[in-house]
Amino acid sequence: MRELKILAVVVFFSVLTYWGVEPFAHSQMHKHVEGGNFEYKTMPKPVDGNVSKGKELVTANCIACHSITSQGVAAPMDAVTASASYGVNPPDLSNAGTIFASNYLAAFIADPAKASNVAHKFPEGSGKVHPMPAYGMMMPAEDIASIVSYLKSIAKKELTPKEVFVDACGRCHAARYDGKVLGEKWTQIGQKPKFKYEKESLAFDIQVLDYQTNLNKYMGKLPPDLSMILRARSENFLETFIENPQTQLAGTAMPAVGLTGESYEKVVQHLQNIGDPSKPERDSMGIWFLLYSVIFAVFAILWKRSVWKKLH
Amino acid sequence: MAHFDKNAKPFSEQWLDDRLGVRTLKRVLAEEYWIPKDINFLWAMGMILAVTFGLLLISGIFLLMYYKPDTALAFDSVNYTIMQEVGYGWLFRHIHGVAASVVFLIIYIHMFTGIYYGSYKQGREMIWISGMLLFVTFSAEAFSGYMLPWGQMSYWAGMVITNLFSAGSLELNGVVEWIRGDYVPGDAYLTRFFMLHVLLLPLAIIGVIVLHFGSLRIPHVNNQEGALIDFDEEAKKYLAGNTKEAKVIRFQFDFLAKDFMVLAFFLILFFYLTFYHFEFAMDPVNFDPADGLKTPAHIYPEWYFLWSYEILRPFPKDPGLIAFAFSQVIFVLLPFLDRSPNAVPAHKRGLFFVWFWLLLIDMISLTFMGKLPPEGIFSAIGLWSAVAFIVLWVALPFITKNEKKI
Repeated sequence: MRELKILAVVVFFSVLTYWGVEPFAHSQMHKHVEGGNFEYKTMPKPVDGNVSKGKELVTANCIACHSITSQGVAAPMDAVTASASYGVNPPDLSNAGTIFASNYLAAFIADPAKASNVAHKFPEGSGKVHPMPAYGMMMPAEDIASIVSYLKSIAKKELTPKEVFVDACGRCHAARYDGKVLGEKWTQIGQKPKFKYEKESLAFDIQVLDYQTNLNKYMGKLPPDLSMILRARSENFLETFIENPQTQLAGTAMPAVGLTGESYEKVVQHLQNIGDPSKPERDSMGIWFLLYSVIFAVFAILWKRSVWKKLH
Repeated sequence: MAHFDKNAKPFSEQWLDDRLGVRTLKRVLAEEYWIPKDINFLWAMGMILAVTFGLLLISGIFLLMYYKPDTALAFDSVNYTIMQEVGYGWLFRHIHGVAASVVFLIIYIHMFTGIYYGSYKQGREMIWISGMLLFVTFSAEAFSGYMLPWGQMSYWAGMVITNLFSAGSLELNGVVEWIRGDYVPGDAYLTRFFMLHVLLLPLAIIGVIVLHFGSLRIPHVNNQEGALIDFDEEAKKYLAGNTKEAKVIRFQFDFLAKDFMVLAFFLILFFYLTFYHFEFAMDPVNFDPADGLKTPAHIYPEWYFLWSYEILRPFPKDPGLIAFAFSQVIFVLLPFLDRSPNAVPAHKRGLFFVWFWLLLIDMISLTFMGKLPPEGIFSAIGLWSAVAFIVLWVALPFITKNEKKI
């Protein structure tokens, strides 16, 4: 009985200390932001547009800058040249209809700076404008709806976590752990292949550096490598930051990307695959260690009883 | 050459006894190493610490095979090579990380057990002092190990802690540079802390563990009531077969059997933490690679240093450093600050009992405030807790001096 009382005291103070330095301290250090479940409620849902009209509009307006590889439309320039012109390589539109929420897409096409919450980077009179023009001033909302309908019609419905990551994050963020070995990594201009000669490998690296220099100029700083970001940030932070970066880091140059909830899950899955792949193994193996410890405890109790029988 | 049995088979017990004295060793260190019978599970913390140190040593050896002490490679060698490429590398890293944190929880329980039961006085002073030496070496070991993944918290905690050696207004910047081997933590810094972590400090720890164990053997372990035991007399009773009457038990296997039982419960908790709840031991900030141009919003040490950090933080620079130095050495002096003639549990000692719980609560309060941002009410609580810590220790000789002899 006395030992149980002592145990209760020890457990109480240990748990109290844990509570103070972990859950409580973290709740005070990081503000909690309510997320919007990637619904972008302030952006109206576009009407059902006309897919073939949308295709015409895309051909006339979008492919001067964007590639649509699934439709055989190649990029007008390579990633490095594009970054020199726009700051960042414009995304391929093949799967945009699945990755991004349709109301966000419509709002983005109408006014990219406003929809992605980066208008503060392009103040009036500064001469700086978002690299993508605001189509809301050039075409009616139905036309924008048609573009969205067309993009949705051509997009693959099921994407892999990596496909989502590449289009949503991968043009600004590198991920050096994303490869079979360290070195074959994801870079902002694509997956670094395995080169036979060092000279080719170095030439690739130079291209990456050129791209990063342009990106750095456009964003104000080089966006971080995302290999370990899943363990460096809390779940709540990642979710609300990706949905709307301004809520967690006011004034940041990172745009709200407009992911759907499902795309967000895929991005997180990809981050886990590259940054914390041992999780499934941990979860399945732990149970065996615990089972072993419990069996050990049973034998230890029996042994103690048999030894102490003669002592009491 | 002394007398020995020429007919003994090589490596038989007799043969070994003639050459190494194994029978004497076994008797003195195990079978007739007498431990009081009146003990509770808190007496098993020493064994748990030894096992946890073993876990740290073994997991550390495996990590050492792949870790690279180079500022350009360290972060990736931990987070990529060990965590992803090496088979079960993640397991060894998580065992190492969780054990490094849990070992301090057990050290604190062990320390406060010693304070509560008065196990630091009346002939047991060297046990306490060697134990506090272990606390210091373990702290240095933990700090140097924390540098190795070369994340943001490694770098900035390293910057803050090494800065302390400039001694405030004395501005001994040369000393700081000498410790770092550079103006800021860099490659020379990382490599020397790597050396400290994997060689010099573990050697020192093993040495002090031997001293700590040795210091126990002559004055014997304390018991739950602080009763004076005639170990020779009680041992005779035990050896005569009167084991139920005797107030002592053998180290091997009476005491060990109980240790193992407590250890088993500890291991269940330990592996639960290692597999399913390791985040508390691995701060998220340290998963951002070190960046000397980007100070993290909050810099704080691991939880076990928070109380002494909070004694440093709320004061102006020089008084803060003095208070910090005070907090670092004061525990060692406990046997001499406690002027009471009684070596009995705190609940029999009146004011000292109050002092004990106040100290514990004050240190937990300091621990809380050490991590929280120093703003508003937290700042005030932190400052008053730090003042209370100093007052408690200054008051100790006076409140114990007037204690009546039991």
